[in-house]
Amino acid sequence: MEHIDFSLVDWSRAQFALTALYHWLFVPLTLGLSFIIAFMETLYYRTGNPEWKRITKFWMTLFGVNFAIGVATGIILEFEFGTNWSNYSWFVGDIFGAPLAIEGIMAFFMESTFIAVMFFGWNKVSKKFHLASTWLVAIGSNLSALWILVANAWMQYPAGMRFNPDTARNEMVNFWEVLFSPVAINKFSHTVLSAYILASIFVIGVSAWFILKNRELPFAKKSIKIAAIFGIVASFLTMVTGDGSARNMAKYQPMKFAAMENLYDGQKNAPLVAIGILKEDKQEALHKKQDFRFQIEIPNMLSYMAFLDPNAYVPGIKDLVHGNPEYKIMSIKEKSEKGKVAIQSLAEYKNAKKAKNDTLAKSALTKFEANYPWFGYGYYAGRDEHELIPNIPLTFYSFRIMVGLGFHFLALFLVVLILLKKEKLEKSKIVLYTALWTIPLAYIASELGWIVAEVGRQPWVIQDILPAIAAVSQIKATSVQITFWLFFILFTGLLIAEIKIMLSQIKKGPATESESKL
Amino acid sequence: MKLIINNIIQFYYQGFRNMTIGKRLWTIIIIKLVLLFLVLKVFFFPNFLKTHFKTDAERSNYVIEQLTK
Repeated sequence: MEHIDFSLVDWSRAQFALTALYHWLFVPLTLGLSFIIAFMETLYYRTGNPEWKRITKFWMTLFGVNFAIGVATGIILEFEFGTNWSNYSWFVGDIFGAPLAIEGIMAFFMESTFIAVMFFGWNKVSKKFHLASTWLVAIGSNLSALWILVANAWMQYPAGMRFNPDTARNEMVNFWEVLFSPVAINKFSHTVLSAYILASIFVIGVSAWFILKNRELPFAKKSIKIAAIFGIVASFLTMVTGDGSARNMAKYQPMKFAAMENLYDGQKNAPLVAIGILKEDKQEALHKKQDFRFQIEIPNMLSYMAFLDPNAYVPGIKDLVHGNPEYKIMSIKEKSEKGKVAIQSLAEYKNAKKAKNDTLAKSALTKFEANYPWFGYGYYAGRDEHELIPNIPLTFYSFRIMVGLGFHFLALFLVVLILLKKEKLEKSKIVLYTALWTIPLAYIASELGWIVAEVGRQPWVIQDILPAIAAVSQIKATSVQITFWLFFILFTGLLIAEIKIMLSQIKKGPATESESKL
Repeated sequence: MKLIINNIIQFYYQGFRNMTIGKRLWTIIIIKLVLLFLVLKVFFFPNFLKTHFKTDAERSNYVIEQLTK
């Protein structure tokens, strides 16, 4: 690349990060609460106890508030693809088109049709049909997430596609490889399960507030019981899928894995730093070697986590930058050379086609296809190799805080469930206050998960194939700055509206049958 | 058939009419959609390739040029 406007690249990335993080404030509660509501209504259907109907309706109202405020916030990301990331948008071709079209047609319509029955259908449709609608809303919401996460997983691990040099687009050759890639399966399950944890924390926290206020005790205890059980199951499954995500990362995105672990020198029997403080956090040191000021390690654990073998060699940042022939790890320099060949042969192919020179086009194409897996590295030929290392402290700390909070959530679920069983929850003020103040922590953990996934893969927009510097549109950085602040204002307004309406609904508490409406 | 359609219309009509908090939420949704599609999309987020080029061939040529320069 002759000239790179880093200000444009940075603002485009910042804007995308802002909108994605804000969008994700609304999504996980919808995903998890929809299932909690479905469980509650199932209990109403099976027992006929009107208290369960009242409980269902209260949480359904909060679900409705969150759904209404959050709906369409994700569309902004699509606007950004077309305006700020046009090279990328064109380059991904129908890989994104297919999953997003399915999302629009199948999941969104399913969700929006049955959501009307869910809110307007009480006493108007049969109990069975209403329950089915509630379940379909939950399934539809989660299916929407599936298609979005499949598209995201493809960016982390491009599979099932072929690049068409005539159109400059990646074309899907195997839909099932895209849908069932190991990264897609893990990403979807880990993400939605973490959303179930967030929703469980939300229900427990709000219910704890009712107990602290000595209001609606049977309602609060019943809600906590459902949420805690759901949260425990989701927590254990999140650990399993998180473990799978780490293994995928070690295999397909080793630089992200090494940065997340601050592993500079690769090693056998690599220990996992359970708790650690890095020495440097200055701007110039963010992408370079970091020493620990303090660390607590679990011996062999990182090798086991990455390759299910405590003796396995885990490559460090140094191996990935400079290469390690013993473990067949190519250096960035070698990859950049191959990438450069891929870029040059694509240009040669295009020129040969224009000149109708089929022989030259064929040989250029062969060269291009042989080097395409390293296409993106070509943009870094002759540049500082550290540009290919993600922000180490941010990924390192985000991962550890997320995991630490995950254990806190699991402990909270277990404690509230035990106290509930022993009928001591009302007296345990510390636990109730902890539950209440864990609500913001659940949101923090959820956002940190995205930071690990997305900051950790920088500078890649599509792993190894397209970096951010080649994906942006040639527009003015100032126009991206303006829309960044516009989004900031819009989203902050929506967030304030959400919190205000939620709080007023929570303060009102569960309604009686006669006043219960959305 | 006419009866079914009428029932569906009535279902939605009554549902929307009897909303309480829902009216406030719909106001937020409508304001948000107007801002997104009629302001932000139209004035700030034109599709770069669609506005600068007429055909897909021109767009692909441009992207290849960008990727290989």
